[in-house]
Amino acid sequence: MCTYLTEKVDVTGSGKGSSGWFKLSEASVYFDHPVHAPAEHTLNIDFLNPGQGPSARVAVELTAESARALAEAIQATLASAPPELVESASAGRS
Amino acid sequence: MYDAIQAETISLAGAGGDQIEAYLARPLGPGPFGSVVVIHHMPGYDEQTKEITRTFAAHGYNAVCPNLYWREAPGASPDDAAAAARAVGGVPDERLIGDVGGAVAYLRAMPNSNGKAGTIGYCSGGRQSFLAAVSLPLDAAVDCYGAFVVGTPPEGMPLKVGPIVHLTPQLSCPLLGLFGAEDSHPSPEQVAELEKALSDAGKTFEFHSYEGAGHAFFAVNRPAYRPEAANDGWQKIWDFYGRYLAS
Repeated sequence: MCTYLTEKVDVTGSGKGSSGWFKLSEASVYFDHPVHAPAEHTLNIDFLNPGQGPSARVAVELTAESARALAEAIQATLASAPPELVESASAGRS
Repeated sequence: MYDAIQAETISLAGAGGDQIEAYLARPLGPGPFGSVVVIHHMPGYDEQTKEITRTFAAHGYNAVCPNLYWREAPGASPDDAAAAARAVGGVPDERLIGDVGGAVAYLRAMPNSNGKAGTIGYCSGGRQSFLAAVSLPLDAAVDCYGAFVVGTPPEGMPLKVGPIVHLTPQLSCPLLGLFGAEDSHPSPEQVAELEKALSDAGKTFEFHSYEGAGHAFFAVNRPAYRPEAANDGWQKIWDFYGRYLAS
């Protein structure tokens, strides 16, 4: 089978796709067969802006182990950043 | 023997009369030739499926692969189109029947056609090949590891499809089923349930399940590829279509 549970997350930020940078509006996270990665199943993340069409997509396919390491690295990085910077960034200020 | 083929992107009338993109491969000899609609897998209308379509032409069949994701993602790369189609729950069954029906009509109208047409589908396309064969008048159908002919997608799956095994009595043609014994979608139990439904309905069919193979064993560009199963599977396809589609 080729499709499993998908988590959708609203995101704010930007991604760089095949035709340059674009604004992101959501991310899909799912464990499924990859298009390119040499594994039978991978943790896939699509960063998307559906309003700009299907090609507004930044895709990654990660082994389960590397996906977990990435998630931990994200958490660790945010935890070590000065809280006031993280909070102001979340509020859209710089 | 003259063995030239031609392959090209075309447009054909699918469900609702919509013009959709499709990939046509055909032998250039006089024929007459049988026809095959190639139903692509969930990852989409990709290079490997086009290669499969050309393989049918090289073996003496007019073959067309409709881009089932054309409406969601016209002109997008196959992987982006597949992601977009996946996000909306896959291809609706009614639309699939219309698109495959349009492809069959296109093939049967070709001047070198012998009037016979079949389907083959992989992965989600395996279910769709069965769906086409219980919905349209066909001459042969091949289901390669189609999930959810039997069984319902687990809660939370984005795929909006349901079981269609109850439609087995409507099957219009012989069915060839090729499965991996290590697949879980469809599981060996689900394959057995479909086999029983076909037997109970008195249908002509043959099923082969390959040990050491799981889902997508025909996919040459993926780790799931199992050459032994795929090679034997291709032979089964040539034998089957030779009986029911070739002139």
